[in-house]
Amino acid sequence: MSRQGGRSTDPRKVSQELFTLTYGSLVSQLVKDYESDEEVNKQLDKMGYNIGIRLVEDFLARSGERRCNDFRETADIIAKSGFKMFLGITPTVTNWSAAGDEFSLVFDNNPLTDFVELPEEHSQLNYSNILCGVIRGALETVQMDVNVRFVQDVLKGDNQTEVKVKFIKRLEDAVPAGEE
Amino acid sequence: MKMADDVLFEFLHMEIVSYVEQSARKDEKDRLVAKLEQMGYRVGQSVAERFTKDTPRFSSELDIIKFICKDFWSSVYKKQIDNLRTNHQGVYVLQDNKFRFLVQLSASKQYLEVAPKYLAFTCGLVRGALASLGMKCIVTAEVSNMPACKFQIMIQRS
Repeated sequence: MSRQGGRSTDPRKVSQELFTLTYGSLVSQLVKDYESDEEVNKQLDKMGYNIGIRLVEDFLARSGERRCNDFRETADIIAKSGFKMFLGITPTVTNWSAAGDEFSLVFDNNPLTDFVELPEEHSQLNYSNILCGVIRGALETVQMDVNVRFVQDVLKGDNQTEVKVKFIKRLEDAVPAGEE
Repeated sequence: MKMADDVLFEFLHMEIVSYVEQSARKDEKDRLVAKLEQMGYRVGQSVAERFTKDTPRFSSELDIIKFICKDFWSSVYKKQIDNLRTNHQGVYVLQDNKFRFLVQLSASKQYLEVAPKYLAFTCGLVRGALASLGMKCIVTAEVSNMPACKFQIMIQRS
């Protein structure tokens, strides 16, 4: 008798439920460890950053993407290639600023929040804040300094989940000490 | 079933280990493993429920262990357990010759001293999964040559 209940055989994929639940256990641990939601947000962002700077290597190696010419291209690659590869979703890129230095990622469904309800006393918690860190870390590795933040979250009763990404500056190649 | 990429899970696990390690105060370094195990336990409980919701009821203890070795391990670690042994008195030893959280770490005795903290979450995962399938047990891990390791399951009979 086989019990292979439709388990995937793709060697690069794990059950998203496993990932979602593991992330959930991390957030609940952080909420226990820290007194304020702000601190939890900060910690999640930091962990995301650590993941982002490593994840970008994996992404570039596997996707074959090249250096972006402008920020619009960057936005497209993040949404259509990055999120697709790692989480199997494609957020919408929208709300471009006039200067073209800021855009929003809008999520129809956010897999990190699949089994989540936010209790009232944690109204300041950005549950998926790790995503901000991941984007920031990944872009920093390709020499883009950005600011990433949640502006809307369905967990908090908003209609959609929206993450704003703002370009700050291009990071220059550092000249090694003692050289011109 | 929806899928997430496995490097994401691996990196998340690494961050969890390093976070728990940094957050532990000096006097409770010994609780590091216990804390990770506890987190794994919670995940294991829910994951097992989700994984078995469409499968028929297990007929025996061995059947449940086999499920852990095959389906559960494949879903989580992309491979099956390589060797299963038992003394038929409630002790099972599951050997994984290429344990995923250790594969990138070392292929020898180097870093052996840090191995336990990368196994604790999994011990909890297995214990939690077994608990939600009605088996109370203690799960420990042992590693002598990475990336191979052994998980020992001791069933607690009341």
